[in-house]
Amino acid sequence: MADLGPKPNVALFVTCLVDLFRPSVGFAAVKLLEQAGCEVSVPQGQTCCGQPAYNSGDRANAAEIARRTLPVLAPFDYIVAPSGSCAGMIRKHWPALFANEQEMSKIAIAVAEKTWELTSFLTDVRGMEAVDAEYDGVVAYHDSCSGLRELGVQDQPRKLLESVKGLTVKNLTHGQECCGFGGTFAVKYPDISGRMVSDKADDIEATGADTLLAGDLGCLMNMAGKLKRRGSTVKARHVAEILAGDTDTPPIGEGES
Amino acid sequence: MSKASRDAILRKLRVGASREGDEAQARKAIEARLKGHPRGTVPARGKLDAKKLLDLFVAQAEAVDATVARVAAPGDVPAAVADYLRGENLPPALRMAPDPKLDACAWDTAPMLDISYGKARAEEQVSVTGAFAGIAETGTLMLASGPESPTTLNFLPDTHIVVLRADEMVGAYEDAWDRLRATGRMPRAVNFVSGPSRSGDIEQTLHLGAHGPRRLHVILVEGNG
Amino acid sequence: MSVHNPTSHRFPENARDALKNETLQRGLASAKVGFRVRRSEAAARLPEFETLRDESRDIKNHTLAHIDLYLEAFEKRVTERGGHVHWATDAAEARDAVLAICRAAGAKTVTKGKSMISEEMGLNAFLEENGIEPVETDLGEYIIQLRGETPSHIIAPAFHVLKEQVVETFRENHTQLDPNRVIDEARQLQDEARLVLRKRFLEADVGITGANFLIAETGSTVIVTNEGNGDLTQTLPRIHIVLASLEKVVPTLEDASTILRVLARSATGQEYSSYTTFSTGPRRGEDIDGPHEFHVVLLDNGRTDLIGTEMQEVLRCIRCGACMNHCPVYGVIGGHAYGWVYPGPIGAVLSPSLIGVEEAHHLPNASTFCGRCEAVCPMRIPLPKLMRNLREREFEKGLPPATQRWGLAIWAWLAKRPVPYRLATWLPMRLLALLAGRKGRYSWLPLAGGWTSQRDFPAPQGPSFQALWDRKRGRREASK
Repeated sequence: MADLGPKPNVALFVTCLVDLFRPSVGFAAVKLLEQAGCEVSVPQGQTCCGQPAYNSGDRANAAEIARRTLPVLAPFDYIVAPSGSCAGMIRKHWPALFANEQEMSKIAIAVAEKTWELTSFLTDVRGMEAVDAEYDGVVAYHDSCSGLRELGVQDQPRKLLESVKGLTVKNLTHGQECCGFGGTFAVKYPDISGRMVSDKADDIEATGADTLLAGDLGCLMNMAGKLKRRGSTVKARHVAEILAGDTDTPPIGEGES
Repeated sequence: MSKASRDAILRKLRVGASREGDEAQARKAIEARLKGHPRGTVPARGKLDAKKLLDLFVAQAEAVDATVARVAAPGDVPAAVADYLRGENLPPALRMAPDPKLDACAWDTAPMLDISYGKARAEEQVSVTGAFAGIAETGTLMLASGPESPTTLNFLPDTHIVVLRADEMVGAYEDAWDRLRATGRMPRAVNFVSGPSRSGDIEQTLHLGAHGPRRLHVILVEGNG
Repeated sequence: MSVHNPTSHRFPENARDALKNETLQRGLASAKVGFRVRRSEAAARLPEFETLRDESRDIKNHTLAHIDLYLEAFEKRVTERGGHVHWATDAAEARDAVLAICRAAGAKTVTKGKSMISEEMGLNAFLEENGIEPVETDLGEYIIQLRGETPSHIIAPAFHVLKEQVVETFRENHTQLDPNRVIDEARQLQDEARLVLRKRFLEADVGITGANFLIAETGSTVIVTNEGNGDLTQTLPRIHIVLASLEKVVPTLEDASTILRVLARSATGQEYSSYTTFSTGPRRGEDIDGPHEFHVVLLDNGRTDLIGTEMQEVLRCIRCGACMNHCPVYGVIGGHAYGWVYPGPIGAVLSPSLIGVEEAHHLPNASTFCGRCEAVCPMRIPLPKLMRNLREREFEKGLPPATQRWGLAIWAWLAKRPVPYRLATWLPMRLLALLAGRKGRYSWLPLAGGWTSQRDFPAPQGPSFQALWDRKRGRREASK
């Protein structure tokens, strides 16, 4: 068991959205992983987990993306993603893509078993109980669906947030409800998605929180985009930024003021 | 038409059904299941001694808006019925199942009750029937149809009074099925009744008395008297 | 919406209409929460609930693997009890079978218990065309029949109708109703319907019900209701017709008992519904009530095509409605937008399977894959997985619009090639970062109208993480 050793080798699967839109989340994740005693690498050759193809019915391309990414991730003790959705894809769905290929299936299962969502890895695997960070604010935490239901991520981020000085966590009234993102769903069915995220924004604002946190950038961009469209003052951030104490960058959907 | 369709459907199902082994094995397997009717998990809540089963039944039945009166002996039933009708402001006219089990309840001790026997007719307000079993796990009555227990009595009248004996109480549905199998016949209708009729179809708020009885009153006879 | 003419292909327009329908929105907002809370409380009260879900799934899997044999056994027992089984490959055959029975009996009025199979068959319109009056007796079904609508929920068919609308409907249709009588409360409306329908129950020639289960062991059909309307429907008339699809069969009374323990809890959050009735054949020699004839119409309507395929799991469905009660998409658009009999996640899987992906291609796409339906399905049907299977079928058939297919193809080509991917994403992301300026977001973007019609588009921070990582930290593995 690699985690019994002093420094497990951890590959950060940064995810396409964090890579392209919000690198600060990636750096926050690296910082947290190092605080948790990991040797962190960002293996070259990673692009995306393939969900856009997989969830659009393009199984062949999803499998090809996974096939090319698997050897990049396979050598590490752990693979960690700052996203429940992408970690869920690797963990729960990549093995299914190779159900008919014995060799690939073995590799995919091996990678799946050592792939974790960030906050879950920090607490469940590394036993982290507290972080050294401060945040003066009241936060509403949104549980992203994939993390919640595919990986059971719910208490882990809250547990770490409790240790952040000055921070209070509020639960949403409809905490289990999807924010309406759903990847391509948000653009394929904009009216439905729009109503869902509007309801979610109502729920967020009703908590009186000044900050919205979640563990998935896709959901955050959706919710932040709606909150900003309404002129809300609620700031949206990825949970890793708060846990790492990296709040120098503007919140999601906001510029340098 | 039906015959051709039957054959076509069964042919497609046979081709599609993904099962192991040959046809003879498959037939054996299903015959065994039908004969053995194995039980699944039976909730622990109904595995109680006889006395506690009665309490569980009462609690569960009341939770679904049935009312329960516990009496010591069959001879106490007529008075309990009369009391109930008085309390609910109902006329003392009963349509009763021609059930020999009910004869044990000295009805002549309550001469104010106007009793007629048979299936229910549109005009009847109150019915009295026996039960095949009480199922404690959900406070459910099991009523089995027959010449002595016409089904209409369970549904047409506004008020349904059921006389249930303590020795008819079981913990789980499966226990009730075993008792029914022991009689050697499957009645035309087996009604599981849990509380009075209700509907939540208007704005999803439940109200009692949709089409079936508005009131379900159980008289639980705890002893033989 | 008419059952004969599905409008599933118009799903986006239907959904838009639903979002604009204020009465519907009011109803949805208040009703869905209650269902969810009640289900979760009922599940929590029964420690064995999760085990029972597993066992229920296994029972149906076993049954589906032997469904031909169990149906034969069921038919044999029904026949032995003096009943009749009519096999119908499609809705038309099933309608004809029902009509023939009604005609032979000289039936004028038919009372009906709630049956989704009847909706699938388009039975009411067909009976009317043939001079037979169908009377729905489930309160919700009765209300929508008077209103000329179809169900918007499989266990709460009038989910979309507000109380005030029911008052209006009854005032219009119940000609004997004293205009001065107050019927403003749900209870008063229920009493009014009871009064009117009582007469119909007593005068009906034929009673038609659905079936929650068919029991192979005994040849019984099972209905589960709260109102008692199903029992009056099947007990009072001379003839009882049961409409059931093939997959309703289970082996034994014990198997039905196991599944019944999860059914009501998942549906309404009740421990058990008020009435669960097992009907076995017509009245016996000495009986003094009950129907003289007992018919079961067994409908295929596309189900045999699912047996043995990756879609077979959908046939475990027991129609509890939990998936739609928990679906965030159903929760904002209601049931009619789905355009055919079955709404919500189960409809998104069942409709394309039964009426074709060409007609219903939107439905499996109209899901965020949030997974809540699967999490609450008592039969553990992997609804998101089955929707994904259907999306794959659509993709293979080239059904998604060209822009979508091309966009996906270009993206996938890049995602498989890390170096071109980084090159190709560099410029657009830098531009997006730059042009957003101090605002940090866009309220409009070319080619992203779907997104920006509803919400702002957050701008990227600047260079990609991987570019920054290379620059700041160097690739560890490169230095090794």
